[in-house]
Amino acid sequence: MNYSVAFRTILYKEIRRFTRIWPQTLLPPAITTALYFLIFGKLIGERIGSVHGVSYMDYIVPGVILMSVISHAYSNVVSSFYSTKFQHHIEELLVAPVPNWVILVGYVCGGIARGVLVGAVVTGVSMLFTHVSVANGWISISVLVLTATLFALAGFINAVFADSFDDISIIPNFVLTPLSYLGGVFYSLAMLPPIWQTIALGNPILYMINAFRYGLIGVSDVDIVLAFEMIAGFILFLSLFSLLLMHKGVGIKN
Amino acid sequence: MKALSIQNLKKTYANGFQALKGVDLEVDSGDFFALLGPNGAGKSTMIGIISSLVTKSSGIVSVFGHDLEKDTNQAKSCIGLVPQEVNFNQFETVKNVVSIQAGYYGIPRKQALAQTEQSLRQMDLWDKRDLVSRRLSGGMKRRLMIARAMVHQPRLLILDEPTAGVDIEIRRAMWQMMQEVNRQGTTIILTTHYLEEAESLCRNIAIINNGEIVEKSAMNSLLQRIHIDHFVLDIAQNLLVAPCIEGYEIELVDSQVLNVAVPKSHGLNRLFQQLSGLGIEVLSLKNKSNRLEQLFIDLVQ
Repeated sequence: MNYSVAFRTILYKEIRRFTRIWPQTLLPPAITTALYFLIFGKLIGERIGSVHGVSYMDYIVPGVILMSVISHAYSNVVSSFYSTKFQHHIEELLVAPVPNWVILVGYVCGGIARGVLVGAVVTGVSMLFTHVSVANGWISISVLVLTATLFALAGFINAVFADSFDDISIIPNFVLTPLSYLGGVFYSLAMLPPIWQTIALGNPILYMINAFRYGLIGVSDVDIVLAFEMIAGFILFLSLFSLLLMHKGVGIKN
Repeated sequence: MKALSIQNLKKTYANGFQALKGVDLEVDSGDFFALLGPNGAGKSTMIGIISSLVTKSSGIVSVFGHDLEKDTNQAKSCIGLVPQEVNFNQFETVKNVVSIQAGYYGIPRKQALAQTEQSLRQMDLWDKRDLVSRRLSGGMKRRLMIARAMVHQPRLLILDEPTAGVDIEIRRAMWQMMQEVNRQGTTIILTTHYLEEAESLCRNIAIINNGEIVEKSAMNSLLQRIHIDHFVLDIAQNLLVAPCIEGYEIELVDSQVLNVAVPKSHGLNRLFQQLSGLGIEVLSLKNKSNRLEQLFIDLVQ
Protein backbone atom coordinates (compact mmCIF):
# COMPACT_ATOMS: atom_id res chain seq x y z
CA MET A 1 0.00 0.00 0.00
CA ASN A 2 1.24 3.48 -0.90
CA TYR A 3 1.32 5.67 2.20
CA SER A 4 2.67 8.83 0.57
CA VAL A 5 -0.83 10.30 0.18
CA ALA A 6 -1.62 9.75 3.88
CA PHE A 7 1.76 11.24 4.85
CA ARG A 8 1.23 14.30 2.63
CA THR A 9 -2.28 14.74 4.04
CA ILE A 10 -1.00 14.80 7.63
CA LEU A 11 1.81 17.19 6.68
CA TYR A 12 -0.57 19.44 4.71
CA LYS A 13 -2.95 19.55 7.70
CA GLU A 14 -0.11 20.36 10.10
CA ILE A 15 1.42 23.11 7.97
CA ARG A 16 -2.02 24.60 7.33
CA ARG A 17 -2.66 24.62 11.07
CA PHE A 18 0.37 26.66 12.08
CA THR A 19 0.31 28.97 9.07
CA ARG A 20 -3.42 29.70 9.60
CA ILE A 21 -2.66 30.89 13.14
CA TRP A 22 0.57 32.70 12.19
CA PRO A 23 0.05 35.55 14.71
CA GLN A 24 0.35 32.86 17.43
CA THR A 25 3.06 30.75 15.82
CA LEU A 26 5.35 32.86 13.62
CA LEU A 27 5.03 36.43 14.91
CA PRO A 28 5.93 35.97 18.62
CA PRO A 29 9.42 34.49 17.96
CA ALA A 30 10.18 37.44 15.66
CA ILE A 31 9.30 39.93 18.40
CA THR A 32 10.95 38.01 21.27
CA THR A 33 14.21 37.50 19.40
CA ALA A 34 14.28 41.12 18.22
CA LEU A 35 14.18 42.07 21.93
CA TYR A 36 16.98 39.57 22.70
CA PHE A 37 19.17 41.06 20.00
CA LEU A 38 18.36 44.61 21.05
CA ILE A 39 18.87 44.17 24.81
CA PHE A 40 21.50 41.41 25.06
CA GLY A 41 23.22 41.83 21.72
CA LYS A 42 23.20 45.58 21.24
CA LEU A 43 22.87 47.30 24.63
CA ILE A 44 24.66 44.83 26.93
CA GLY A 45 26.74 43.08 24.26
CA GLU A 46 28.64 46.24 23.31
CA ARG A 47 29.94 46.40 26.89
CA ILE A 48 30.92 42.71 26.94
CA GLY A 49 33.08 43.00 23.83
CA SER A 50 34.10 39.87 21.90
CA VAL A 51 33.79 36.15 22.73
CA HIS A 52 36.04 33.62 20.97
CA GLY A 53 37.10 36.40 18.62
CA VAL A 54 33.63 37.43 17.43
CA SER A 55 31.32 40.21 18.64
CA TYR A 56 28.90 39.25 21.40
CA MET A 57 25.99 39.92 19.04
CA ASP A 58 27.39 37.47 16.46
CA TYR A 59 28.13 34.99 19.24
CA ILE A 60 24.52 34.81 20.50
CA VAL A 61 22.81 34.71 17.07
CA PRO A 62 23.19 30.89 16.53
CA GLY A 63 21.94 30.09 20.04
CA VAL A 64 18.93 32.38 19.77
CA ILE A 65 17.99 30.87 16.38
CA LEU A 66 18.33 27.30 17.61
CA MET A 67 16.50 28.04 20.88
CA SER A 68 13.51 29.22 18.81
CA VAL A 69 13.73 26.14 16.58
CA ILE A 70 13.76 23.83 19.64
CA SER A 71 10.86 25.54 21.31
CA HIS A 72 8.64 25.72 18.19
CA ALA A 73 9.36 22.24 16.83
CA TYR A 74 8.41 20.87 20.26
CA SER A 75 5.35 23.02 20.87
CA ASN A 76 3.95 22.42 17.38
CA VAL A 77 3.79 18.67 17.80
CA VAL A 78 2.81 18.62 21.47
CA SER A 79 -0.07 21.05 21.01
CA SER A 80 -1.27 19.65 17.69
CA PHE A 81 -1.17 15.98 18.66
CA TYR A 82 -2.66 16.61 22.10
CA SER A 83 -5.48 18.63 20.50
CA THR A 84 -6.25 15.74 18.16
CA LYS A 85 -6.49 13.51 21.23
CA PHE A 86 -8.52 16.04 23.21
CA GLN A 87 -11.02 16.61 20.39
CA HIS A 88 -10.99 12.88 19.55
CA HIS A 89 -10.16 13.43 15.88
CA ILE A 90 -7.14 11.19 16.40
CA GLU A 91 -9.83 8.55 15.75
CA GLU A 92 -9.93 9.71 12.10
CA LEU A 93 -6.34 8.47 11.79
CA LEU A 94 -6.73 5.34 13.90
CA VAL A 95 -9.65 3.96 11.88
CA ALA A 96 -7.84 4.61 8.57
CA PRO A 97 -5.21 2.29 7.06
CA VAL A 98 -2.33 4.51 8.19
CA PRO A 99 0.55 2.71 9.94
CA ASN A 100 1.88 4.18 13.16
CA TRP A 101 5.18 5.17 11.58
CA VAL A 102 3.40 7.28 8.95
CA ILE A 103 1.45 9.11 11.67
CA LEU A 104 4.68 9.71 13.59
CA VAL A 105 6.65 10.89 10.54
CA GLY A 106 3.75 13.14 9.48
CA TYR A 107 3.51 14.91 12.81
CA VAL A 108 7.29 15.14 13.26
CA CYS A 109 7.71 16.63 9.78
CA GLY A 110 5.03 19.18 10.70
CA GLY A 111 7.12 20.10 13.75
CA ILE A 112 10.29 20.28 11.65
CA ALA A 113 8.53 22.52 9.13
CA ARG A 114 7.48 24.96 11.84
CA GLY A 115 10.89 24.81 13.53
CA VAL A 116 12.73 25.53 10.28
CA LEU A 117 10.28 28.30 9.31
CA VAL A 118 10.67 29.96 12.72
CA GLY A 119 14.45 29.54 12.36
CA ALA A 120 14.26 31.40 9.05
CA VAL A 121 12.14 34.17 10.60
CA VAL A 122 14.58 34.59 13.50
CA THR A 123 17.54 34.57 11.09
CA GLY A 124 15.79 37.32 9.14
CA VAL A 125 15.32 39.34 12.34
CA SER A 126 18.97 38.84 13.32
CA MET A 127 20.03 40.26 9.94
CA LEU A 128 18.51 43.57 11.03
CA PHE A 129 21.11 43.74 13.81
CA THR A 130 24.22 42.10 12.35
CA HIS A 131 25.66 40.39 9.31
CA VAL A 132 24.91 36.67 9.64
CA SER A 133 27.79 34.65 8.26
CA VAL A 134 27.72 30.90 7.48
CA ALA A 135 31.03 29.11 8.09
CA ASN A 136 29.69 25.69 7.04
CA GLY A 137 26.28 25.53 5.40
CA TRP A 138 25.85 21.75 5.55
CA ILE A 139 26.65 21.57 9.26
CA SER A 140 24.31 24.50 9.97
CA ILE A 141 21.39 23.02 8.03
CA SER A 142 21.87 19.46 9.28
CA VAL A 143 22.11 20.55 12.94
CA LEU A 144 19.03 22.75 12.51
CA VAL A 145 16.94 19.97 10.92
CA LEU A 146 18.18 17.20 13.23
CA THR A 147 17.56 19.31 16.34
CA ALA A 148 14.06 20.16 15.12
CA THR A 149 13.48 16.43 14.51
CA LEU A 150 14.67 15.52 17.99
CA PHE A 151 12.42 18.03 19.74
CA ALA A 152 9.44 17.30 17.49
CA LEU A 153 9.77 13.65 18.62
CA ALA A 154 10.02 14.74 22.25
CA GLY A 155 6.88 16.86 21.80
CA PHE A 156 5.08 13.85 20.33
CA ILE A 157 5.94 11.69 23.35
CA ASN A 158 4.80 14.46 25.71
CA ALA A 159 1.47 14.64 23.85
CA VAL A 160 1.00 10.86 23.99
CA PHE A 161 1.33 10.87 27.78
CA ALA A 162 -0.56 14.14 28.36
CA ASP A 163 -3.98 13.97 29.99
CA SER A 164 -4.59 17.70 30.27
CA PHE A 165 -3.42 21.00 28.85
CA ASP A 166 -1.31 21.44 32.01
CA ASP A 167 0.64 18.34 31.03
CA ILE A 168 1.71 19.86 27.72
CA SER A 169 3.04 23.04 29.32
CA ILE A 170 5.01 21.52 32.22
CA ILE A 171 7.96 20.19 30.20
CA PRO A 172 8.36 23.25 27.93
CA ASN A 173 8.22 25.61 30.92
CA PHE A 174 10.14 23.68 33.54
CA VAL A 175 12.56 21.56 31.51
CA LEU A 176 13.03 22.86 27.98
CA THR A 177 13.30 26.60 28.67
CA PRO A 178 15.81 26.28 31.56
CA LEU A 179 17.94 23.79 29.61
CA SER A 180 17.91 26.07 26.56
CA TYR A 181 18.93 29.15 28.57
CA LEU A 182 21.61 27.11 30.36
CA GLY A 183 22.75 25.54 27.07
CA GLY A 184 25.23 28.29 26.27
CA VAL A 185 22.98 30.57 24.21
CA PHE A 186 24.28 33.71 25.87
CA TYR A 187 27.69 32.58 27.14
CA SER A 188 30.67 30.40 26.37
CA LEU A 189 31.43 27.41 28.55
CA ALA A 190 34.79 29.02 29.28
CA MET A 191 33.02 31.87 31.12
CA LEU A 192 31.69 29.43 33.77
CA PRO A 193 33.55 28.30 36.93
CA PRO A 194 35.10 24.78 36.48
CA ILE A 195 32.40 22.97 38.50
CA TRP A 196 29.60 24.56 36.43
CA GLN A 197 31.47 23.74 33.24
CA THR A 198 31.32 20.05 34.22
CA ILE A 199 27.63 20.27 35.14
CA ALA A 200 26.81 22.12 31.91
CA LEU A 201 28.34 19.27 29.86
CA GLY A 202 25.41 17.10 31.06
CA ASN A 203 22.97 19.36 29.22
CA PRO A 204 22.31 17.92 25.72
CA ILE A 205 21.08 21.25 24.38
CA LEU A 206 24.59 22.66 24.95
CA TYR A 207 25.95 20.28 22.29
CA MET A 208 23.27 21.25 19.76
CA ILE A 209 23.73 24.97 20.25
CA ASN A 210 27.49 24.68 19.98
CA ALA A 211 27.29 22.50 16.88
CA PHE A 212 25.00 25.05 15.24
CA ARG A 213 27.30 27.88 16.35
CA TYR A 214 30.19 25.99 14.76
CA GLY A 215 28.21 25.79 11.51
CA LEU A 216 27.49 29.53 11.48
CA ILE A 217 30.59 31.18 12.97
CA GLY A 218 33.08 28.31 13.25
CA VAL A 219 33.29 28.45 17.07
CA SER A 220 32.33 25.68 19.51
CA ASP A 221 32.91 24.69 23.13
CA VAL A 222 32.34 20.98 22.39
CA ASP A 223 33.44 18.28 19.95
CA ILE A 224 31.21 18.52 16.83
CA VAL A 225 31.35 14.78 16.11
CA LEU A 226 30.19 14.04 19.66
CA ALA A 227 27.37 16.56 19.22
CA PHE A 228 26.17 14.82 16.03
CA GLU A 229 26.42 11.40 17.67
CA MET A 230 24.40 12.63 20.63
CA ILE A 231 21.66 14.14 18.46
CA ALA A 232 21.45 11.00 16.28
CA GLY A 233 21.34 8.77 19.38
CA PHE A 234 18.50 10.76 20.91
CA ILE A 235 16.56 10.74 17.63
CA LEU A 236 16.90 6.97 17.32
CA PHE A 237 15.88 6.37 20.92
CA LEU A 238 12.90 8.76 20.84
CA SER A 239 11.70 7.36 17.48
CA LEU A 240 11.72 3.79 18.75
CA PHE A 241 10.08 4.82 22.02
CA SER A 242 7.35 6.73 20.17
CA LEU A 243 6.61 3.72 17.94
CA LEU A 244 6.50 1.44 20.96
CA LEU A 245 4.00 3.73 22.69
CA MET A 246 1.83 3.85 19.58
CA HIS A 247 2.01 0.08 19.11
CA LYS A 248 0.81 -0.40 22.69
CA GLY A 249 -1.84 2.27 22.20
CA VAL A 250 -0.61 4.24 25.23
CA GLY A 251 -2.63 7.43 25.57
CA ILE A 252 -4.45 6.97 22.27
CA LYS A 253 -6.40 3.71 22.58
CA ASN A 254 -8.46 2.23 25.39
CA MET B 1 -19.13 -13.69 1.88
CA LYS B 2 -19.30 -12.50 5.49
CA ALA B 3 -18.92 -8.76 5.87
CA LEU B 4 -17.94 -9.27 9.48
CA SER B 5 -16.87 -12.34 11.37
CA ILE B 6 -16.09 -12.24 15.09
CA GLN B 7 -14.87 -15.27 17.01
CA ASN B 8 -14.52 -15.50 20.78
CA LEU B 9 -13.84 -11.79 21.17
CA LYS B 10 -12.84 -10.79 24.68
CA LYS B 11 -11.95 -7.47 26.21
CA THR B 12 -10.90 -6.81 29.77
CA TYR B 13 -10.02 -3.20 30.64
CA ALA B 14 -7.06 -2.25 32.84
CA ASN B 15 -9.40 -1.80 35.84
CA GLY B 16 -10.45 -5.45 35.54
CA PHE B 17 -13.86 -4.78 33.99
CA GLN B 18 -14.69 -7.49 31.46
CA ALA B 19 -16.58 -5.68 28.71
CA LEU B 20 -16.73 -8.60 26.26
CA LYS B 21 -16.83 -12.21 27.43
CA GLY B 22 -16.23 -14.21 24.26
CA VAL B 23 -18.51 -12.79 21.59
CA ASP B 24 -19.20 -14.71 18.36
CA LEU B 25 -21.00 -12.85 15.60
CA GLU B 26 -21.34 -12.95 11.82
CA VAL B 27 -22.88 -10.35 9.55
CA ASP B 28 -23.64 -11.19 5.91
CA SER B 29 -22.50 -8.99 3.06
CA GLY B 30 -25.24 -6.55 2.08
CA ASP B 31 -27.11 -6.91 5.36
CA PHE B 32 -28.67 -4.07 7.36
CA PHE B 33 -27.84 -5.37 10.82
CA ALA B 34 -28.95 -4.05 14.21
CA LEU B 35 -26.69 -4.38 17.23
CA LEU B 36 -28.70 -3.53 20.30
CA GLY B 37 -28.00 -3.55 23.99
CA PRO B 38 -28.43 -1.40 27.09
CA ASN B 39 -25.82 1.15 28.13
CA GLY B 40 -22.62 -0.57 29.26
CA ALA B 41 -23.52 -3.85 27.53
CA GLY B 42 -20.37 -3.88 25.39
CA LYS B 43 -21.64 -2.45 22.08
CA SER B 44 -19.21 0.46 21.95
CA THR B 45 -16.28 -1.74 23.00
CA MET B 46 -17.11 -4.18 20.22
CA ILE B 47 -17.42 -1.40 17.63
CA GLY B 48 -14.22 0.16 19.01
CA ILE B 49 -12.33 -3.11 18.45
CA ILE B 50 -13.75 -3.58 14.93
CA SER B 51 -12.73 -0.05 14.01
CA SER B 52 -9.28 -0.26 15.67
CA LEU B 53 -10.01 2.32 18.38
CA VAL B 54 -9.87 -0.22 21.20
CA THR B 55 -7.28 -2.96 21.68
CA LYS B 56 -8.85 -6.40 22.10
CA SER B 57 -7.72 -8.83 24.80
CA SER B 58 -8.21 -11.90 22.59
CA GLY B 59 -10.28 -13.27 19.73
CA ILE B 60 -10.43 -12.91 15.95
CA VAL B 61 -12.09 -10.17 13.92
CA SER B 62 -12.30 -10.44 10.13
CA VAL B 63 -13.77 -7.90 7.73
CA PHE B 64 -14.66 -9.27 4.29
CA GLY B 65 -12.18 -12.08 4.93
CA HIS B 66 -9.33 -9.79 6.01
CA ASP B 67 -8.04 -10.56 9.51
CA LEU B 68 -7.95 -7.26 11.40
CA GLU B 69 -4.72 -8.26 13.15
CA LYS B 70 -2.76 -9.80 10.27
CA ASP B 71 -4.23 -7.95 7.31
CA THR B 72 -4.90 -4.70 9.16
CA ASN B 73 -4.83 -2.15 6.37
CA GLN B 74 -6.99 -4.17 3.96
CA ALA B 75 -9.52 -4.76 6.75
CA LYS B 76 -9.52 -1.07 7.75
CA SER B 77 -10.02 0.01 4.12
CA CYS B 78 -13.35 -1.86 4.07
CA ILE B 79 -14.77 -0.04 7.11
CA GLY B 80 -16.43 3.34 7.50
CA LEU B 81 -17.27 4.41 11.05
CA VAL B 82 -19.83 6.95 12.25
CA PRO B 83 -19.13 7.26 15.97
CA GLN B 84 -21.53 8.26 18.72
CA GLU B 85 -19.78 11.52 19.60
CA VAL B 86 -18.70 14.29 17.26
CA ASN B 87 -15.02 13.62 16.61
CA PHE B 88 -14.01 15.80 13.68
CA ASN B 89 -11.81 18.88 13.88
CA GLN B 90 -14.37 21.57 14.55
CA PHE B 91 -12.00 24.28 13.30
CA GLU B 92 -11.82 22.76 9.81
CA THR B 93 -14.25 23.51 7.01
CA VAL B 94 -16.84 20.89 6.13
CA LYS B 95 -15.03 20.11 2.86
CA ASN B 96 -11.66 19.69 4.56
CA VAL B 97 -13.06 17.36 7.24
CA VAL B 98 -14.12 14.96 4.48
CA SER B 99 -11.25 15.44 2.02
CA ILE B 100 -8.58 15.02 4.73
CA GLN B 101 -10.20 11.74 5.75
CA ALA B 102 -10.05 10.64 2.09
CA GLY B 103 -6.32 11.45 2.15
CA TYR B 104 -5.82 9.22 5.19
CA TYR B 105 -7.30 6.38 3.10
CA GLY B 106 -4.66 7.03 0.43
CA ILE B 107 -7.00 8.65 -2.10
CA PRO B 108 -5.01 11.17 -4.21
CA ARG B 109 -6.01 14.82 -3.75
CA LYS B 110 -7.87 15.31 -7.06
CA GLN B 111 -9.89 12.13 -6.65
CA ALA B 112 -10.41 12.89 -2.94
CA LEU B 113 -11.99 16.23 -3.82
CA ALA B 114 -14.31 14.56 -6.35
CA GLN B 115 -15.37 11.90 -3.83
CA THR B 116 -15.77 14.58 -1.15
CA GLU B 117 -18.22 16.43 -3.39
CA GLN B 118 -20.13 13.22 -4.10
CA SER B 119 -20.29 12.33 -0.41
CA LEU B 120 -21.35 15.80 0.71
CA ARG B 121 -24.01 16.01 -2.00
CA GLN B 122 -25.36 12.63 -0.92
CA MET B 123 -25.71 13.94 2.63
CA ASP B 124 -27.16 17.25 1.39
CA LEU B 125 -24.22 19.25 2.77
CA TRP B 126 -22.53 20.48 -0.42
CA ASP B 127 -23.86 24.02 0.01
CA LYS B 128 -22.22 24.08 3.49
CA ARG B 129 -18.82 22.95 2.20
CA ASP B 130 -16.94 26.15 3.08
CA LEU B 131 -18.53 26.57 6.51
CA VAL B 132 -16.36 25.94 9.58
CA SER B 133 -17.73 22.66 10.87
CA ARG B 134 -18.42 23.83 14.44
CA ARG B 135 -21.08 26.17 13.01
CA LEU B 136 -23.20 23.26 11.74
CA SER B 137 -26.39 22.26 13.54
CA GLY B 138 -26.46 18.97 15.49
CA GLY B 139 -28.22 17.12 12.66
CA MET B 140 -25.77 18.46 10.09
CA LYS B 141 -22.81 17.36 12.22
CA ARG B 142 -24.25 13.83 12.22
CA ARG B 143 -24.64 13.93 8.46
CA LEU B 144 -21.10 15.26 8.10
CA MET B 145 -19.81 12.25 10.04
CA ILE B 146 -21.74 9.95 7.68
CA ALA B 147 -20.31 11.81 4.66
CA ARG B 148 -16.81 11.46 6.11
CA ALA B 149 -17.30 7.75 6.77
CA MET B 150 -18.60 7.25 3.20
CA VAL B 151 -15.89 9.18 1.35
CA HIS B 152 -13.64 6.17 0.73
CA GLN B 153 -16.66 4.11 -0.35
CA PRO B 154 -16.45 1.47 2.41
CA ARG B 155 -18.07 -1.93 1.99
CA LEU B 156 -19.05 -2.01 5.67
CA LEU B 157 -20.56 1.07 7.33
CA ILE B 158 -20.83 1.05 11.12
CA LEU B 159 -23.30 3.56 12.52
CA ASP B 160 -23.04 3.97 16.28
CA GLU B 161 -26.25 5.70 17.36
CA PRO B 162 -26.25 8.00 14.34
CA THR B 163 -29.63 9.59 15.08
CA ALA B 164 -29.15 10.23 18.82
CA GLY B 165 -30.38 13.70 19.72
CA VAL B 166 -31.67 14.70 16.28
CA ASP B 167 -35.26 15.70 15.65
CA ILE B 168 -37.73 13.32 14.05
CA GLU B 169 -37.72 15.05 10.65
CA ILE B 170 -33.94 14.77 10.28
CA ARG B 171 -34.03 11.26 11.72
CA ARG B 172 -36.45 10.12 9.05
CA ALA B 173 -34.36 11.80 6.35
CA MET B 174 -31.31 9.96 7.71
CA TRP B 175 -33.22 6.66 7.64
CA GLN B 176 -33.87 7.21 3.94
CA MET B 177 -30.20 7.97 3.34
CA MET B 178 -29.12 4.82 5.21
CA GLN B 179 -31.59 2.68 3.27
CA GLU B 180 -30.33 4.15 0.00
CA VAL B 181 -26.71 3.44 0.97
CA ASN B 182 -27.66 -0.13 1.88
CA ARG B 183 -29.57 -0.57 -1.39
CA GLN B 184 -26.40 0.41 -3.24
CA GLY B 185 -24.67 -2.62 -1.69
CA THR B 186 -23.02 -1.30 1.47
CA THR B 187 -23.39 -3.54 4.50
CA ILE B 188 -24.62 -1.55 7.49
CA ILE B 189 -24.29 -2.30 11.20
CA LEU B 190 -26.49 0.00 13.24
CA THR B 191 -26.56 0.52 16.98
CA THR B 192 -29.39 2.62 18.31
CA HIS B 193 -31.53 3.20 21.37
CA TYR B 194 -34.52 3.98 19.11
CA LEU B 195 -35.86 0.47 18.74
CA GLU B 196 -38.45 1.44 16.16
CA GLU B 197 -35.45 2.54 14.06
CA ALA B 198 -33.92 -0.93 14.26
CA GLU B 199 -37.30 -2.57 13.67
CA SER B 200 -38.09 -0.58 10.55
CA LEU B 201 -34.58 -0.57 8.99
CA CYS B 202 -32.79 -3.79 9.89
CA ARG B 203 -33.18 -7.30 8.52
CA ASN B 204 -31.13 -9.08 11.19
CA ILE B 205 -30.47 -8.30 14.81
CA ALA B 206 -28.16 -9.18 17.68
CA ILE B 207 -28.74 -8.15 21.27
CA ILE B 208 -25.77 -7.89 23.58
CA ASN B 209 -25.97 -7.73 27.35
CA ASN B 210 -23.22 -7.90 29.96
CA GLY B 211 -20.61 -8.57 27.29
CA GLU B 212 -22.45 -11.54 25.74
CA ILE B 213 -24.72 -11.96 22.74
CA VAL B 214 -28.08 -12.97 24.23
CA GLU B 215 -30.05 -13.04 20.99
CA LYS B 216 -29.23 -13.24 17.30
CA SER B 217 -31.83 -13.82 14.63
CA ALA B 218 -33.74 -12.38 11.70
CA MET B 219 -35.85 -9.40 12.73
CA ASN B 220 -39.06 -11.02 11.41
CA SER B 221 -38.62 -14.26 13.33
CA LEU B 222 -37.81 -12.30 16.48
CA LEU B 223 -40.91 -10.16 16.19
CA GLN B 224 -43.07 -13.26 15.67
CA ARG B 225 -42.09 -14.36 19.16
CA ILE B 226 -43.87 -11.40 20.70
CA HIS B 227 -47.15 -12.58 22.21
CA ILE B 228 -48.53 -9.37 23.60
CA ASP B 229 -49.17 -6.03 21.88
CA HIS B 230 -49.78 -2.82 23.79
CA PHE B 231 -52.36 -0.30 22.58
CA VAL B 232 -53.57 3.11 23.69
CA LEU B 233 -57.31 3.62 23.21
CA ASP B 234 -59.06 7.00 23.14
CA ILE B 235 -62.65 6.56 24.31
CA ALA B 236 -65.76 8.76 24.15
CA GLN B 237 -66.90 8.27 27.76
CA ASN B 238 -65.36 9.67 30.94
CA LEU B 239 -64.37 6.77 33.20
CA LEU B 240 -63.42 6.80 36.86
CA VAL B 241 -62.00 3.26 36.95
CA ALA B 242 -60.52 0.97 34.28
CA PRO B 243 -63.00 -1.59 32.90
CA CYS B 244 -62.29 -5.18 33.83
CA ILE B 245 -62.27 -7.62 30.88
CA GLU B 246 -61.02 -11.17 31.28
CA GLY B 247 -57.82 -11.92 29.35
CA TYR B 248 -56.83 -8.27 28.89
CA GLU B 249 -54.78 -6.06 31.16
CA ILE B 250 -56.36 -2.61 31.15
CA GLU B 251 -55.04 0.52 32.82
CA LEU B 252 -56.79 3.89 33.07
CA VAL B 253 -54.29 6.57 32.01
CA ASP B 254 -56.75 9.44 31.85
CA SER B 255 -60.53 9.51 32.17
CA GLN B 256 -60.76 9.07 28.38
CA VAL B 257 -57.55 7.12 27.70
CA LEU B 258 -56.86 3.41 28.29
CA ASN B 259 -53.69 1.35 28.04
CA VAL B 260 -54.49 -2.20 27.01
CA ALA B 261 -52.20 -5.25 26.84
CA VAL B 262 -53.66 -7.48 24.10
CA PRO B 263 -52.50 -11.12 23.90
CA LYS B 264 -52.28 -12.25 20.26
CA SER B 265 -54.43 -15.28 21.16
CA HIS B 266 -57.29 -12.95 22.16
CA GLY B 267 -57.07 -10.28 19.44
CA LEU B 268 -58.71 -6.90 19.14
CA ASN B 269 -62.20 -7.90 17.92
CA ARG B 270 -63.07 -9.54 21.21
CA LEU B 271 -61.80 -6.50 23.12
CA PHE B 272 -63.95 -4.13 21.07
CA GLN B 273 -67.02 -6.37 21.53
CA GLN B 274 -66.52 -6.45 25.29
CA LEU B 275 -65.96 -2.68 25.51
CA SER B 276 -69.03 -2.08 23.37
CA GLY B 277 -71.01 -4.34 25.71
CA LEU B 278 -69.91 -2.12 28.60
CA GLY B 279 -71.12 0.96 26.70
CA ILE B 280 -67.62 2.19 25.97
CA GLU B 281 -67.08 3.64 22.49
CA VAL B 282 -63.52 3.52 21.10
CA LEU B 283 -62.66 6.65 19.09
CA SER B 284 -59.12 5.70 18.02
CA LEU B 285 -56.25 3.36 18.86
CA LYS B 286 -52.47 3.34 18.40
CA ASN B 287 -49.49 1.15 19.35
CA LYS B 288 -48.30 2.16 22.78
CA SER B 289 -44.70 1.29 21.99
CA ASN B 290 -42.94 -0.54 19.24
CA ARG B 291 -43.06 -4.30 19.54
CA LEU B 292 -39.33 -4.76 19.80
CA GLU B 293 -39.10 -2.67 22.93
CA GLN B 294 -40.88 -5.17 25.16
CA LEU B 295 -38.86 -8.05 23.79
CA PHE B 296 -35.65 -6.11 24.30
CA ILE B 297 -36.53 -5.43 27.93
CA ASP B 298 -37.40 -9.10 28.48
CA LEU B 299 -34.07 -10.22 27.00
CA VAL B 300 -31.79 -7.89 28.90
CA GLN B 301 -33.49 -8.08 32.29
